[in-house]
Amino acid sequence: MSIWLDKNSKVLVQGITGREGLFHTQRMLAYGTQIVGGTSPGKGGTKIESGQPVFNTVRDAVAATGATVSIIFVPPAAAADALYEAHDAQIELAVCITEGIPAHDMLRVVATTAGMRIIGPNCPGLVSPGRALVGIMPGQIFKEGRIGMISRSGTLTYEIVDGLTKAGLGQSTCVGVGGDPIIGTTFVDCLKAFASDPETDAIVVCGEIGGSDEEDAADFIRQHLPNKPAVAFIGGRSAPKGKRLGHAGAIISGNSGTPESKLAAFKAAGVPVADRPSEIPGLLKARLATLIAS
Amino acid sequence: MEFQGKELFRRAGIPTPRGQLAKTPDEVAAFVTANPGSWVLKSQVLMGGRGKAGGIKFADNAEDARKLATELFGKILKNEQNPEGEEVKALLIEEKVDIASEAYASITIDRAVKEPVAIVSAKGGMDVEEVAATDPGALSQLWIDPAIGFQSFEGRLLAFSANLPEGYRKTFPSIMGALYALFMDYGAQLVEINPLVLTKDGRVIASDAKVELDDNGLYKHPELADWKNDTPKDEDQAAAVAIGLGMSNYAKLDGDIGVIANGAGLGMGTMDAIRTAGGSAANFLDIGGGAQAELVKKSYQLVTGDPKVKALFINIFGGITRGDQVAKGIVEALSGNDIRKVPLVIRLTGTNEKEGREILAAAGMNPVETMDEGAKRAVELAAAGGA
Repeated sequence: MSIWLDKNSKVLVQGITGREGLFHTQRMLAYGTQIVGGTSPGKGGTKIESGQPVFNTVRDAVAATGATVSIIFVPPAAAADALYEAHDAQIELAVCITEGIPAHDMLRVVATTAGMRIIGPNCPGLVSPGRALVGIMPGQIFKEGRIGMISRSGTLTYEIVDGLTKAGLGQSTCVGVGGDPIIGTTFVDCLKAFASDPETDAIVVCGEIGGSDEEDAADFIRQHLPNKPAVAFIGGRSAPKGKRLGHAGAIISGNSGTPESKLAAFKAAGVPVADRPSEIPGLLKARLATLIAS
Repeated sequence: MEFQGKELFRRAGIPTPRGQLAKTPDEVAAFVTANPGSWVLKSQVLMGGRGKAGGIKFADNAEDARKLATELFGKILKNEQNPEGEEVKALLIEEKVDIASEAYASITIDRAVKEPVAIVSAKGGMDVEEVAATDPGALSQLWIDPAIGFQSFEGRLLAFSANLPEGYRKTFPSIMGALYALFMDYGAQLVEINPLVLTKDGRVIASDAKVELDDNGLYKHPELADWKNDTPKDEDQAAAVAIGLGMSNYAKLDGDIGVIANGAGLGMGTMDAIRTAGGSAANFLDIGGGAQAELVKKSYQLVTGDPKVKALFINIFGGITRGDQVAKGIVEALSGNDIRKVPLVIRLTGTNEKEGREILAAAGMNPVETMDEGAKRAVELAAAGGA
């Protein structure tokens, strides 16, 4: 098992004929993801070069293909609409890659799309190695295995996954939850799913400064995950206060979101925090060894 | 700024004091001459705590008003949070109100709950962060379901739980309703009234107004295109925008090792790695996802344009970004004559890594294998360059 995706997941691409949509469709197909088609209003009835059908609407696409997952590559001004359309067509899992969506658009979307899990926006997607990749992550760095990984960043995730794979620690599912202030699926949502996944033995939390997701994750691990060891990393610990560094979420203001508050929360949960991504495999192996010994 | 926020407040139907914006001492004096009485001169700056910083003055006649305005225009207001200060370029001349009581009201986005949250306190006119730290019980919070919208009973709940003086009660729910409508209509990050004044003659007035908009949503309001959030606030942001990056993708820091990375997370991680290796980053620069060669080249020029940069670490883990584009950008940047060459460490992996490495190898460059190795090498090179 793994969380949310398996080998049979049928995936649609909203915005399949755009530059990024087309490029990543090819990469997801190369990974083995079942891309069953996509949408591009006005281009319904055509096919992309690799043979997948293009539909005018998500309703048409779902009716013809039975897709339950959608990945969204549309511009920010059209993204909320794309999410509503996916929800309307009873998509179960929508992965929104788009960066720059107004926060209020997402406020309304998450308040009104019950029943559909949203990953992102402004995220690299998710992958269950050996089964399916729905996102823009470079597939070759992942390896099938038993480590669950959650992250707020894209490229820092790749850095950590690469290290895990090289150390022989494969992954069950990796989720990039996204860097925006309002996201559909939080760290805690992911941890809840990992908690009941028998194929996930341990968890890596790759957080960053700003917000309170890491504190919430630490709290959940402390209370609900006594048998799944976890290791954390917090990006941006050397960042100066008040400076906004890229991610809308990664700004330290006042005392909330500081590295100190996050370190303290993980410490209270018994979760070691790596100083560098390269320390994570070693810390994980040590944690797994203690668990087996006890 | 306050005068812009008040303009939006007036459109939303939130009562504000009578006032006029002025950009010269002459304008101030002319206004007070035409409208005799007691007036407040309020410096229009983005920073908080301007009263304590000497940015608010009171005048009872045109002569005083001119004298005070002359002092205020061009003055740099400073405080602990804003040590660099901010210059006063405009004054809001406002009716002086007789204050019976001051309250606090705001609406912002609660990221964790994913809903708007209203915060109300009977302790108005003070720094709200300070109230939160010293007397958290004085702040009443209420989450508002955006699918339902703000209801009058929620205004009453807030007024009673915050123990607002009785004089507020009649109008408070409608003021909060208007504030919520403003928050939603403009897709704001924050709307804040501090203080919300109860006057001695029984009126409830927003004496100050703060509206923080979301840059991502500004396209929906072309009439607000000149709002300050929309434009760079400092040189770093202006430099980033000038080369086609987002405003927050570049920030100068205190160290001597330049950083270029793809992705904010990896950028921060690279700064952290440099610190762990005993060095210090001179900047944060995120080229974003899918950067083309031209942007890489311009980023190189921007970072090395900072004279304190003694070495540069380019750390790329390609996902949506392609290694060959990055390599091309580096080679093009180095082939220019008008750039400052500093010792360079490159780490290039992920999408199109092979093609990228071939381009670099053809130009005589050999990337390092890991981020740790790259950070260590950059720290050594910067130390050698500084000797």
